[in-house]
Amino acid sequence: MAEEFVTIEINDQPVQARKGAMLIEVADKHGVVIPRFCYHKKLSVAANCRMCLVEMEKSFKVVPACATPVNAGMKFWTRSEKAKNAQKAIMEFLLINHPLDCPICDQGGECELQDVSVGYGSTKSQYAEIKRVVQDKDIGALIETEMTRCIQCTRCVRFGDEIAGMREMGGVGRGDRLEIGTYIEKTLKSELSGNVIDLCPVGALTAKPSRYKARAWELQAHDAIAPHDCVGSHLQVHTFRKEVVRAVPRENDAINECWISDRDRFSYQGIASADRLTKPMLKRDGHWYEASWQQALEATAEILRAADPARTGALANATSTVEELYLFQRLMRGLNIRNIDHRLRQTDFSDQNAAPICPSLGMPIAQLEQQNAVFLIGSNVRQEQPLLNHRLRKAVLKGAQVMALNPRAFTFNYTVTQQAVAPVEMLQALQAIVNDPDNGVMATLKQAEHATVLLGNVANQHPDFAALRALAYRIAQQTGATFGYLVESANSVGAWVAGVVPHRLSAGRELKQPGVPVGEFLNENTRTFVLLNTELADFGNPQQAVQALTAAQNVIVIAPFADETTRQYATVLLPGSTFAETSGTFCNVAGQWQSFKGTTEPPGEARPTWKVLRVLGNSVGVPEFDWVATEEIVAELHLELDGVETCSNAYSAEGKDVLHKPFSADGFQRIGDVEMYRVDPLVRRAKALQAMMPTAEVHLNPQDAASMGIAAGDAVKVSQGAAAVTLPAQLDEGIPVGCVGVQSGLEVSNVLGAAFGSLQIAKAG
Amino acid sequence: MTEHPITMLKRKSDLLNHHERAEIDSWLARYPADKKQSALLAALRAVMHEDHYLSREKMDAVADYLGLPEIAVYEVASFYSMYEMDAKAAAKYSISICTNVSCMLCGSDGILEHIESKLGIKLGESTPDGKFFLKVEEECLAACSSAPMMQVNHVYHTHLTSEKVDEILDGLE
Repeated sequence: MAEEFVTIEINDQPVQARKGAMLIEVADKHGVVIPRFCYHKKLSVAANCRMCLVEMEKSFKVVPACATPVNAGMKFWTRSEKAKNAQKAIMEFLLINHPLDCPICDQGGECELQDVSVGYGSTKSQYAEIKRVVQDKDIGALIETEMTRCIQCTRCVRFGDEIAGMREMGGVGRGDRLEIGTYIEKTLKSELSGNVIDLCPVGALTAKPSRYKARAWELQAHDAIAPHDCVGSHLQVHTFRKEVVRAVPRENDAINECWISDRDRFSYQGIASADRLTKPMLKRDGHWYEASWQQALEATAEILRAADPARTGALANATSTVEELYLFQRLMRGLNIRNIDHRLRQTDFSDQNAAPICPSLGMPIAQLEQQNAVFLIGSNVRQEQPLLNHRLRKAVLKGAQVMALNPRAFTFNYTVTQQAVAPVEMLQALQAIVNDPDNGVMATLKQAEHATVLLGNVANQHPDFAALRALAYRIAQQTGATFGYLVESANSVGAWVAGVVPHRLSAGRELKQPGVPVGEFLNENTRTFVLLNTELADFGNPQQAVQALTAAQNVIVIAPFADETTRQYATVLLPGSTFAETSGTFCNVAGQWQSFKGTTEPPGEARPTWKVLRVLGNSVGVPEFDWVATEEIVAELHLELDGVETCSNAYSAEGKDVLHKPFSADGFQRIGDVEMYRVDPLVRRAKALQAMMPTAEVHLNPQDAASMGIAAGDAVKVSQGAAAVTLPAQLDEGIPVGCVGVQSGLEVSNVLGAAFGSLQIAKAG
Repeated sequence: MTEHPITMLKRKSDLLNHHERAEIDSWLARYPADKKQSALLAALRAVMHEDHYLSREKMDAVADYLGLPEIAVYEVASFYSMYEMDAKAAAKYSISICTNVSCMLCGSDGILEHIESKLGIKLGESTPDGKFFLKVEEECLAACSSAPMMQVNHVYHTHLTSEKVDEILDGLE
């Protein structure tokens, strides 16, 4: 239906507006400022603060602009005497119970209440009685509350209901005793909870980790790109005397709208971790010595020149920038080292030659919410890519059907038809879907106008990945659905394009003499390792990784952090940068290249990682290694990409022998999806986020637990390979029989083996 | 192969007893299936009838039973004065004495004093045997023409005198 436009008058100026649009929306579009607290363009209209009262022709009473739909010929005055008096009265009313604690309030200086009060309020108040005091709530490590300051706009309440998809806050009590809170002592669990800090127009909800760090006007704002998931949310990073003290969203409707995940908001805390490397270090005879950059680079160059390329492995984390990854592989290939990889959690590489140049979503991010049917395979999208999940949720609210095939029942904040089968059975389950065209999944996808089949992180880490991919692609083809990937890290797409895979050069160019994938060189035969931003918890099989790294003669680590484990196996530590301390580029899941500038400097003698790699390249004498800025590196890669179709997910291995026998598992099968706050080195060091994690547990199907005499909370010994850990049991009907949920990335799971391997359990004690 | 008994996971709604469920179900039947929230007031009333107050566990049970966010139940329970959320208010008889203007002019202060000394408790307290609770009532109970008045559970008693109060309270089981 075509939208009807009407002409209305605001402050005697005629404006065109969509019929039925709320006046405040029209005014915003035309630059007419109307004060407001409860109205927010992404939330439903509550009309409870009354701050947006304006004068309307033929109306004796002033009307709230946020709840007044416009129609042809209507006339409004936003600054008439009548409007101003109403606004002044409301302002006085709202300030009755608001404390005058602005000097100690974190919101001071960036407070909507302050601003509107100055602009529309009065200098006097008639109120002489006692102000009310509201007890503060403890709602977790991320959000600080000062509930006396609350003006009950209910933005946070509506956010929980409408955006986060789980209502955790509410208005308790009534009348002058109404309080916004959770009623019970409760930690907000939503992965998007931090957005209420931005929504809160006053200082009632502020960022706990940034509390009392700096005043708003002392901060410097820098544009940045979020470094964790593949969305690449737009951030503004705030620094105070060069220290990062806060991260907030930058609005971008095509990517993150005005939201960011808690992971993107609070991970900056990891930057100043105690594990931070500030000086180059060399290990001699088992002891660490600080070295100058020159000594360290010379020592590294010597190791690399002396190393046998065939017995050297180079591993990079896909949270590194495109520039870092590009230089990394150029450096390694310049030394004839071919065993290069970034797929640290992947186990099945059998179809890698058929893989696209880079796996991607297959559509712009915003288009996800236009889908009518979505089939997720091996994806915990809510934790893995919270803002893509938000788009899917919007699609569902508009009537879309989301279906999922997962190794365990993941929790969604919308209705999903989810089939949870044991990892070894996922292939058969998918095969059954393909073989039956009348199957509900196939039929729904086929009937939908816009449909997509998406492979998630869990599918990518699955031992049958190639076969799952082939079947998923076939489903997409047979139903006319778009085929896409929800990739793992901020720069997984960039890592493929930059050529950090053993079988392809940058820009997907074929390699005459390919190396072998990480699974094949992560062993004792590899004598030298070079690790870029990679540590133990980044591997799908930390047990295998620690064995290989410990056995190696030399392990060169280029990273901002080094924990105890890293210091044990490493022989050289070159201090690099986090996302906030370097210029660089991330390529998101929709194939958008997003470059950013450095926000601050790396601490001590640490340097932007791309510069470390650049100088290292010169030290070992790799020719044509002379970029002076990250822009040049990206420009070079763009030249290579000229004429190359990167964002095609076409898959050609279909029907070949990828459909091998599914992997088998003895004992119990482990389901080792990665905990959302343990996905990469930076977030693992963010204190507040770490405090938000649930206790590590072993999740068992109640049936298995009963047959082994295990009750909820009992200590259970989990053994995988030679290692064993003891964890409390949690009974979970979402775990298929014969499976055990032990998440990856956790401190305890660092000693365990394959995330989707077999393991043994026994009641401890 | 399923010889093991399937251990049923405990659900929060398990706490609701047979009567409460039957009452809630009878109300649910009156509303569309996707509008279970409509039965919330009745569900809380059913719990009040059984327990004389709403424990957090019971409110969570109602939330689970009706498929609502728990906070949505707390909001409603804390809004209406007919629900008690404090275990101390859980008495068999909840007495509200209107002390608003009309009742006050007709001597409600004396009635209140009399009841307090008779039961040995103050406003907001329960008798140790859990029989009576003196509710703090702030709103007019809309019986001005028959002032002074009190409400005992759902029943209005009007034109009160000390003697009449004694008669009413002594007559309660």
